[in-house]
Amino acid sequence: MWQALYEELKGKKFVVIAVALESRGADAARPSIENAKPTYPCLIDVDHVVAREYNMINVPQAVWIDEKGHIVRPTETAGVTEGFRKMNPKTYEMPKEEMEAGAAARRRYLDAIRDWVAKGPESKFVLDAAEARKRTPRFTPEIARAHATFRLGRYLVEHGRRDEGLQTLERAAALNPDAWSIWRQMADLDTVGKAGGPEFWARVAALGEKHYYPPVDMPGETKAP
Amino acid sequence: MTTIISTGSVHKVTDRPDGSDLWLTPQKFEAITGFALKSEGFCRDAICVPIPPGRERDLHRRRKINIGGFAALTHRPWVGTESGDTWVLEEPADARNEALRSLEAPDFELPDLDGRKHRLSDYRGSKVLLASWASW
Repeated sequence: MWQALYEELKGKKFVVIAVALESRGADAARPSIENAKPTYPCLIDVDHVVAREYNMINVPQAVWIDEKGHIVRPTETAGVTEGFRKMNPKTYEMPKEEMEAGAAARRRYLDAIRDWVAKGPESKFVLDAAEARKRTPRFTPEIARAHATFRLGRYLVEHGRRDEGLQTLERAAALNPDAWSIWRQMADLDTVGKAGGPEFWARVAALGEKHYYPPVDMPGETKAP
Repeated sequence: MTTIISTGSVHKVTDRPDGSDLWLTPQKFEAITGFALKSEGFCRDAICVPIPPGRERDLHRRRKINIGGFAALTHRPWVGTESGDTWVLEEPADARNEALRSLEAPDFELPDLDGRKHRLSDYRGSKVLLASWASW
């Protein structure tokens, strides 16, 4: 997803770190990584440590971190739209205007990164500290408990206690119902393909007016309703 | 044997829990939590959490410390299996919010496909786009 951008910008003190939230381990992520032939680091996160540390709830989400290790854009949707919700469930075809809107959103997101890499703190896409704090997703006690419960479930699955582990992961998903990364990982550990199966689509439909990928709030974007 | 997973590391102890109470020696307790019991309360680095009057016996007695009670006192998630043989202790939500408010990117270490470890802080000096993805 990021290879062309990385190759373009890598001489400018810029790196992409892609983290695969992948409890089935490196082998689950390997085909995609080998296919994309990335030259930036692609890390395997079986325990969703990065999701826990940065309060991520879906993929792809991203955080912008400056040279000093400061967050200049906290966790947010990374260059995707939710046009897939308008997909024809039988043919998997997406309406043309949704395809175009998705591609345009992605271009704008990549351009925003280019602007940041070129201008640093002067970039209009860099948030000041107050705004960055305001946008940082807050941990609630339930979210913190969801992460602990996820860790327990993952440990049980890894140690041959699959059914108990999956039940525990289900509890984690219930504690943080907004975290698609928990529910879909649980479904994937249960049966490969389940994370994108009928139950997933029913959950997406149940969102109603709510977003699956909240639109990124950046100059040049239409303000999210 | 009881397994305790705390900030990523796995500890094994011979002590058995009673409900969510698990009584450990001060040495084991400190190895797992990083906190030591002092006259000021539970202390880690320069920070001490005082023990409220009347709660002492739920937290320490007969030279043992109740890690489950400590978790409740300090709002740390403490999640166990039904049989109580495996537990996870996590940092509290407030501490995570506080840490993120500093806008310092939390550090982590993860392997790549070849098993080589990378730390986020290895990339200090560059701008980093930290992006999640998954096969599912």
